[in-house]
Amino acid sequence: MQYKSQAVAKPYFIAAIGLFVGQILFGLIMGLQYVIGDFLFPALPFNIARMVHTNLLIVWLLFGFMGSAYYLIPEETETELYSPKLALVLFWIFLIAGALTIVGYLALPYATLAKLTGNDILETMGREFLEQPLITKIGIVIVALGFLFNISMTLLKGRKTSISLVLIVGLWGLAIFFLFSFYNPHNLVKDKFYWWWVVHLWVEGVWELILGALLAYVLIKVTGVDREVIEKWLYVIITLALVTGLIGTGHHYYWIGTPQYWQWWGSIFSALEPLPFFAMTVFAFNMVNRRRREHPNKAAVLWALGTGVMAFLGAGVWGFLHTLAPVNFYTHGSQITAAHGHMAFYGAYVMVVLTVISYAMPILRGRAANSERSQVVEMWSFWLMTVAMVFIVLFLTAAGILQVWLQRVSDTPMSFMATQDQISLFYWMREWAGVVFFTGLVLYIVSFFVKGETKGANA
Amino acid sequence: MSGIFTKSMARNIFYGGTVFFFLLLLALTFDTNKTLPKLDNSANLTPQVIAGKKVWETRNCIGCHTLLGEGAYFAPELGNVYKRRGPEFIKAWIQSQPTGAPGRRQMPQFNLTNEELDNLVAFLKYSSEINAANWPPNIEG
Repeated sequence: MQYKSQAVAKPYFIAAIGLFVGQILFGLIMGLQYVIGDFLFPALPFNIARMVHTNLLIVWLLFGFMGSAYYLIPEETETELYSPKLALVLFWIFLIAGALTIVGYLALPYATLAKLTGNDILETMGREFLEQPLITKIGIVIVALGFLFNISMTLLKGRKTSISLVLIVGLWGLAIFFLFSFYNPHNLVKDKFYWWWVVHLWVEGVWELILGALLAYVLIKVTGVDREVIEKWLYVIITLALVTGLIGTGHHYYWIGTPQYWQWWGSIFSALEPLPFFAMTVFAFNMVNRRRREHPNKAAVLWALGTGVMAFLGAGVWGFLHTLAPVNFYTHGSQITAAHGHMAFYGAYVMVVLTVISYAMPILRGRAANSERSQVVEMWSFWLMTVAMVFIVLFLTAAGILQVWLQRVSDTPMSFMATQDQISLFYWMREWAGVVFFTGLVLYIVSFFVKGETKGANA
Repeated sequence: MSGIFTKSMARNIFYGGTVFFFLLLLALTFDTNKTLPKLDNSANLTPQVIAGKKVWETRNCIGCHTLLGEGAYFAPELGNVYKRRGPEFIKAWIQSQPTGAPGRRQMPQFNLTNEELDNLVAFLKYSSEINAANWPPNIEG
């Protein structure tokens, strides 16, 4: 570790992994509720489990992004963090607030939680992914502002690299677009329209800047390729991301009461959204092929390459699959959407955070890379989780195609629930793939505790 | 990439492209907001509908159902449920939950008052009259 203050990243990474485990456990519960409808009912209705599943995902990715920023910003700017103490204080605030929110979801009826937490003052709750109570939302803004202040002050006093600039633009964008979560007009169409300004402009906009910057940073470290080359690629990738993704927002505006010209704007621009992900894959493989050093951390290289491939498949290919308006007319809000969501989030954001953790955690623990044995376990976990995710997505896609056919295309359309009965076989297979995913995750955690001879003190 | 295409060129294209397309998004947003009253059924946005939207939100209905195709995919689409089932069926259905049928997906009992039920139905009626470009493909949602 070059800078002492980088150490604050460690608790962020540990919390991220802990919450990841929670997310997957709730995912398994929901997967079972898909086929055994009354499983854990009424103690844990599906809507509550789903809220916990998706909110944990968002929160642990935010922990991952913040930890990554605290780790790489001192190295990039060549100066200690502005305030490591602030970073630690914010860590505990975020963790406790997050935990209390989850406890609130699980222990109280949602309507009661809303009443107790000021939803009557400003109604923001009950919208997908933005279910957090008002006080939690305000807490997120406070933590984000403190974090951005800390990172920005560090950048101001240090070296300004393209990677750190792109990262910081992405993180500021993340905070700014979250403010739309406080805007909930009575008009349902407007509500939905601006809801996407958080959700789409996060995951298909500013988060891609964060993703690109983190990947570029790790690739510089593990390949030793010239910074000028890598940063040029980074700019090309994020240009493609925003040029396609900003107007690509339109692919959410086909069927929610917005003008029909969005079918053209959305189809054309979002059809181009695979390009940045394709560029990212080419980028990752190119840089690793042109490597000037053999980094002892093979696992981190594997995660970096995996991010490129899986982000392209999940966000790019599976996104394209249902993004054209005439196709989306049939697939909108079906299991196809769920399939895409799973692989895109895993391939792009889960994997990039695990890439940074894989690279940084050994160094935070005082070695350039983990022992061979530990890396072998970690690479097993990579393959188990990644292959399991591929199967989860294939099964959900099969379920989705059948669902669309039976319920929406057929001459004698079935009702929603009758259709669900017909496709339950695929839900069962998805659940088993989920169990394999969880096994991979357990192995991932085990890899942190596998001892063995380590090479190099500090890289 | 060749040596002619430099990092600073890439950076300038990034900033230029981002600003241009963000402004285009703002322009389209402005136009959308101007056109919306013709499509979004906001003329029928009565206090009862607004109260119904709050009932919808504070019971986290979106955690299982979809509304105009957005939400969870665990339970039926409700954007057109008013047309599919009608007001009386909707109210009776909500009141009779959970069915308790073994192995079947269960909907919680929310203990809504009659007024809350009426508000929710008004909200679902309003939603069903939004011009959603003929989506969903058929009445099953």
